[in-house]
Amino acid sequence: MRTAIVDRPIDAAKLIAEVSATHHGATVLFVGSVRDVNDGEPVTGLDYSAYGAMAERELRTIAEEALMRCPGSDVVMEHRIGALELGDVSVAIAAAHPHRGEAFEAARYVIEELKKRAPIWKREHYATGRAEWVEQASGEGSGAAARP
Amino acid sequence: MASGMTVRVLLFASYADALGGPEVLLDLPDGARVGDVRARVRSLASGKRVPERPLVAVNQRYASDDQVVSASDEVAIIPPVAGG
Repeated sequence: MRTAIVDRPIDAAKLIAEVSATHHGATVLFVGSVRDVNDGEPVTGLDYSAYGAMAERELRTIAEEALMRCPGSDVVMEHRIGALELGDVSVAIAAAHPHRGEAFEAARYVIEELKKRAPIWKREHYATGRAEWVEQASGEGSGAAARP
Repeated sequence: MASGMTVRVLLFASYADALGGPEVLLDLPDGARVGDVRARVRSLASGKRVPERPLVAVNQRYASDDQVVSASDEVAIIPPVAGG
């Protein structure tokens, strides 16, 4: 298990390799990337920032919870901060388990909890030149620009 | 001994923009609680741009309103999160 806040591009393939093991028959990779529109408004890029120490702690706690919910699984996750362009990967989560059900569940748990609890923020830059911090609830259907 | 302490409060994202920086120093009475910190932040100039009940973290953990803070604590006001 490993979690990290990083300020460089995320290599999702490396995360898959990290959880790979012969007893893991299933690996799920979740990748979130910067989308080009939010609520109909064209987005040109994002700045992510974090309360670094607390975000690291919270991500670790979430991953530990996923492992408790899905015993026998392994989870590796990275969240990127800094200036991201359209299409850049903002978060990647690799979850592995002997069976697919638990691998899917672990990956899903981590991304949903991360979005609720990790002290990470994003500022959207719009095609109009305006920029704003995203503060709406970022659940399904909210349209946040990097809502994966 | 004078009663009272100075607590450093970290600000992030829109709250840092609203209050003009990444932290504020607050003079609070000994025994002050998280709810007192929140109220004091909102009493600052532009503090009303922070909502009435934002999340607060003490020493990097989410804290309840009645948790007591001390001068050595790392206190942070947490805007609505938007990771992912």
